[in-house]
Amino acid sequence: MTQGDYSQGPYGRVERNYGALGSTFGEALVSVEGLTVAQGERRFVDDVSFTLAPGERVGLIGASGSGKSLTASAIMGLLPEGLTASGSVRFGDRELVGASERTLSRLRGKELGMVFQEPMTALNPAMRVGRQVAEALTVHGTSRREATDRARELLDRVGLPERTARAYPHELSGGQRQRVLLAAALANDPALLLCDEPTTALDVTVQAQVLELIAEAVRERGTTLLFITHDLAVVASVCERVLVCRDGRIIEEGPVRAVLSEPEHEYTRRLVEAAL
Amino acid sequence: MTGGPNDGQTRTGTATDGDVLVSVRDLERTYRGGVEALRGVSFDVRRGSRFGIVGESGSGKSTVVRLLAALDRPTGGSVTFDGTRIDHLRDRDLGFLRKRLQIVFQDPMGSLDPRMRVRDIISEPLGRARGRDERVAELLDAVGLPGDAGRKYPHQFSGGQRQRISIARALAPRPEVLIADEAVSALDVLVRKQILDLLDRLAGEFSLTMVFVSHDLGVVRRVCDEVAVMRRGEIVEQGPVADVYDAPRSEYTRSLVAAAPRLETVLSEKE
Repeated sequence: MTQGDYSQGPYGRVERNYGALGSTFGEALVSVEGLTVAQGERRFVDDVSFTLAPGERVGLIGASGSGKSLTASAIMGLLPEGLTASGSVRFGDRELVGASERTLSRLRGKELGMVFQEPMTALNPAMRVGRQVAEALTVHGTSRREATDRARELLDRVGLPERTARAYPHELSGGQRQRVLLAAALANDPALLLCDEPTTALDVTVQAQVLELIAEAVRERGTTLLFITHDLAVVASVCERVLVCRDGRIIEEGPVRAVLSEPEHEYTRRLVEAAL
Repeated sequence: MTGGPNDGQTRTGTATDGDVLVSVRDLERTYRGGVEALRGVSFDVRRGSRFGIVGESGSGKSTVVRLLAALDRPTGGSVTFDGTRIDHLRDRDLGFLRKRLQIVFQDPMGSLDPRMRVRDIISEPLGRARGRDERVAELLDAVGLPGDAGRKYPHQFSGGQRQRISIARALAPRPEVLIADEAVSALDVLVRKQILDLLDRLAGEFSLTMVFVSHDLGVVRRVCDEVAVMRRGEIVEQGPVADVYDAPRSEYTRSLVAAAPRLETVLSEKE
């Protein structure tokens, strides 16, 4: 995959050019096969397989400890110390499991965007947020001047006023910080956006706004979305398909409406019953 | 949704049956520096009812909890507990309230002394009363913890089990009112359901009056008969849960309800 292959069509994902992936629409952008995350004998993610089609919005649900976050971290190559991944994660024509840190860091923030739950830990407290968004571009080769202009556009796109660019993270609310992270994640127009409980720590009304932004952004750009959450109503409103994770395995998957209206697996049923 | 005590339907009958146990009138709390945490809040909690208070951060709901439990004093207005004004009582005169009103907080780890065994944590509110061991055994059983849990320390339990310990301790003095202050907010979804089911059962078993404070509209809908919606130190709307959720009168409540749709609503819209 070379730079600039993700031409952004004005009409959403059908316009998107996936030629560089050697795939026609409908083939997988991400293909996970037999992914296992373990620490010695102990398996936290156990032989997980699934695919994400270009432009598809997929939810990954499960109780805490089900392995959903580690699955995401493994895709990003960001596993905590001591955990190792085996199996295969194909991203376009590349293998991510076992890829060098150099390869991964070129992909992360460029073709793989991510937004996590706690924006404060993902932002540099000592750097103005406009610069942090710009840095997402400059580390991948954009000139500083262009990056600064783009950062302003991106902050505007996520509904932040212009003066926000000069603010430090602690001067912003939780919702504003999450918007900054989203702006940075979208800066390079990634092919895959990975969100791990991006709104969990936010107030209800702010949650709804940030969700709406994410949903809009991915629809507009035809970004593939992997959305991790414990909130089934959120999955139902944002995603087309859902994977249900339990004890490190995917135990059920299918169209979001079918799975959540008529769950086949007893565990999925319990999750649905626990939804408020 | 199935299995909840409310199933989205309210039990409005029970909400109006009892006499008023807790009455709050024109409550104000202004902190030094002029921060108005509460700006004239009034509501009644009837005996045996389940009263919900929802609001986002900064709405003043935690301040209400502190004043209901007389952990803080209002700068205006009154709090009456079963006919007795408690808002300006001295600490030594509040003994009766500490027995009759108990609170379960969000973070069980923060409210359980890590150096104490569970049996001592639970029996602490009982003082040197006789029959402590029997009472501890009874309480452990009531909250669904094994009998040997009393010998262990808080860190040996999961988050959900620790919340069961907090509930057991709160129930020890046989309170009439149980305040749950974000009591299930830190819990995993499946555990949250277990704890809500537990509180539901205990409320019936021990004829508790419950005050449920949460940022989570879903929790309050599931558990409560009546609800007050708070914003910036004021109650913007209150009434039976079904009325407030299904036909909100205030713009703010409407936006809150719209921001946190129920799963079944989203699914039916997807058809």
